[in-house]
Amino acid sequence: MDNLSAGQALVRSHRGAEGPWRTAWRKLRADRAAIMAFGVLVLITAASLAAPLYARHVAGTDPFATNLNGEVVIHGETRQVLEPSTEGLGLGFTPLGPTWDFGPYMLGADNQGRDVAARLLYGGRNSLLIAGAAALICLGLATLLGIVSGFFGGLVDTLLSRILDVLWAFPIFLLAISLSIVLITQSITIGPIEIRSGSLWLPIFIIGIVYVPYVARPIRGHVLSLMQAEFVTAAIGIGASPWRILLYDILPNVITRVIVFVPLILALNMMTESSLSFLSIGVQPPDASWGTIIQDGQGLLYSRPIVALAPGLAIVISVLALNILGDGVRDALDPKSSIRVV
Amino acid sequence: MRSRKVFSAMMAGVGLAGLTLMAPLTGAAAQEGKAGGTLKLLANAAAGTIDPHINYTLQYFQINYILYDGLVTFRKTGDKTGFDVVADLAESLPKPEDGGKKYVFTLRKGIKFSDGSDLTTADVVASFQRMFKISGPTTGTLYNGIVGADKCLKTPATCTLEGGVVADEAASTVTFNLVAPDPDFLQKISIPHAAILPAEAPPKDAGTVPVPGTGPYMIASYDPNSLLKMVRNPHFKEWSKEAQPAGYPDGIDYGFGLSDEAAVTAVENGQADWMFDPPPADRLAELGTKYAKQVSVHPLTAMWYAPMNTNLAPFNDIRVRQAVNYAIDRAAVVKLFGGSNLAQPSCQILPPDFPSYAPYCPFTANPGEKWSAPDLEKAKALVTASGTAGQEVTIITEDTEVSKSIGIYLQDVLNGLGYKTSVKPISQNIQFTYIQNTNNKVQISISQWFQDYPKPSNFLQVLFSCASFTPGSDASVNISGFCDKAIDQKMVEAQTATIADPAKGAELWTAVDKAVTDAAPVAVLFTPKRIDLISPRLKNFVFSPQFYWIMSQSWVE
Repeated sequence: MDNLSAGQALVRSHRGAEGPWRTAWRKLRADRAAIMAFGVLVLITAASLAAPLYARHVAGTDPFATNLNGEVVIHGETRQVLEPSTEGLGLGFTPLGPTWDFGPYMLGADNQGRDVAARLLYGGRNSLLIAGAAALICLGLATLLGIVSGFFGGLVDTLLSRILDVLWAFPIFLLAISLSIVLITQSITIGPIEIRSGSLWLPIFIIGIVYVPYVARPIRGHVLSLMQAEFVTAAIGIGASPWRILLYDILPNVITRVIVFVPLILALNMMTESSLSFLSIGVQPPDASWGTIIQDGQGLLYSRPIVALAPGLAIVISVLALNILGDGVRDALDPKSSIRVV
Repeated sequence: MRSRKVFSAMMAGVGLAGLTLMAPLTGAAAQEGKAGGTLKLLANAAAGTIDPHINYTLQYFQINYILYDGLVTFRKTGDKTGFDVVADLAESLPKPEDGGKKYVFTLRKGIKFSDGSDLTTADVVASFQRMFKISGPTTGTLYNGIVGADKCLKTPATCTLEGGVVADEAASTVTFNLVAPDPDFLQKISIPHAAILPAEAPPKDAGTVPVPGTGPYMIASYDPNSLLKMVRNPHFKEWSKEAQPAGYPDGIDYGFGLSDEAAVTAVENGQADWMFDPPPADRLAELGTKYAKQVSVHPLTAMWYAPMNTNLAPFNDIRVRQAVNYAIDRAAVVKLFGGSNLAQPSCQILPPDFPSYAPYCPFTANPGEKWSAPDLEKAKALVTASGTAGQEVTIITEDTEVSKSIGIYLQDVLNGLGYKTSVKPISQNIQFTYIQNTNNKVQISISQWFQDYPKPSNFLQVLFSCASFTPGSDASVNISGFCDKAIDQKMVEAQTATIADPAKGAELWTAVDKAVTDAAPVAVLFTPKRIDLISPRLKNFVFSPQFYWIMSQSWVE
């Protein structure tokens, strides 16, 4: 070793150095908040995926079927799922409250007599599915448009940028609500794909579309700056083909930024889905999402606030975790970036 | 009539005033009141145009009765005589002439509009012409029997009702000529759509611009986003206590925009005097216990029902429609509405205590007079026989809590019968017109009907006659598209018989009710009740079977 030249030592040390992905992973692992957030998300996802098991073996109810005349035994006492008011004028019914037991109606019943805990888990599945699938559509489309626009420039850039500007000009929720209202009662056909009204794919499609400009624009800007980078200029100088530059020089540098977007877009999608479902223009009954359960609970705020609070809390925790994770991923992959979606 | 809101039903049944849960609130017995002060009313939202010839909502019908007058009206009282027609702007009730095809009204003298102009026979003729010129929502169903109405319906802009409504200025009379005898004519012209307005009223929807009237109050200002302000009509002098009594409060402020929850709290605390909208479900128990003295519940002549499109699969098969009727657990649906103290299960079209009503329920476990339990086996057998199981069905509901809940329940029922069902809640502002228009291909929906006038024709003929079905129109209240020539003929016979022999007519209407119920173009769910919450300072709450709360007769302390 003593006989190694300084140059040889440098080469050897570079060979042993970790790559950018490994560096990022190490940085991320060192970020305790991000790791905790990731753990929380894993837990929420696992619990949501276990919804059918919980409904069948723990709650023992069908969370999608109304149970207006149902009875349940709680602590040895038979109780109606919808309990009639017997005092005063005897007006109204109050759904069963939380039992806090790991069993039927742990979080009580909603106004249809359905198990809130079971619906919460099923709702989580739909909320996560919609947020995830919409994020894939959004990021895939935005990446494609951003790269094409930034790389090819000229007329293509002008055209795509103006289209994105038009979309950008609409407030996100106004655009999402408008699309939802128009499409809610009818199917839409995109080539060979038919999205039927009431399908989960409808909110996925709508949410996936409305955030495209917010991701495509920064990616386009990043591609434009990469095009001025020395290694791209060098590649052009040695006669590399545009496709080679795109695949080997641009795309790998864009991917990190796209990854940074993932948790942020997931969080936004989750909130948008909840909002649309809360307004009856997202997930359609009897399917549940956290937004629809909040809406179910809106009419029970005084008597059974848990129906609205539980999914609200689930959304808060999930979105918080996604944002903390997003910050961690950004610090790990792209520390110079200050990405904010909206 | 269709209410704007889900609970806010219409009109209590004959003789039902005594069934009120909170009798002390109903000031059926007249009390000496205290004039002055301002009533503060709340509603979640305004109900659109304030044009009395156009607005077809309970919310504004209720105020139009104290802003406007017709030639005749329903007696403003809190007992069962509230369904009686009495003379209003006319001196007396006319006797039908020419075999029931002619009515001659003599106008009272000295009545002025709120703008100070005198009421004349020309105003009466112009008002009826205007109803058609602006294509009023009931011109095709309630007033199409006036001579000349057919031409007016075809070309509204040039409507003259020539030969149909004839004024004699010198004698101060207005003569109505009908194409055929109509025993319900006086009831039909007792509703606000037949209000008499100044002849100068523009032949277009007045929108938010007040139109002068003859009632004890007039609209001072209207902003649908915040407030409808009513003040005393300075030109009003009481001419008939039973038709249009003078009001007690000096002003009535109708505020919009507060949520139902906030409105309940405001009325409980005395910050407002009354709320139009039904209290939300989670407040009912609280109101029934802590605020029971401020609550009254009244039965209504109304129905919640599920119209099924008789021209679209699978409901174009009577077996499927009957199956739905057999399968619905009406007691469960009643729970969704607030329980048996707020609604009663029903299978038939006419509501209890309504003229010609005879208890009838073929769609129950033990067919007879009352619904007892669903008959799922029979329902499934009917669906199997129809061979329609597996088809897709979409239920259109309002986006309100109750309507949507019932829709979700119905989805369960239809899925249980073998259909692939989805529910689509759409805004209550458009749902009613949406489900009427055949272009929207609505298969089944959730709706409500509240009487305009207390005659069987208002339910049976208006909702189920061939004439009430207008394909492609937003104003086709025969939502099921039901058209049975034989039943139509029975309706005509019942109408005709009522003129000569009311008892015989009533019998025939009962038969029509059974025939329509058996054909099952709809699944009647329940008969609703009205719940009113008032402030502690509001006194003399008079609930009329026709008008609901007669707000002009209350005072505040």
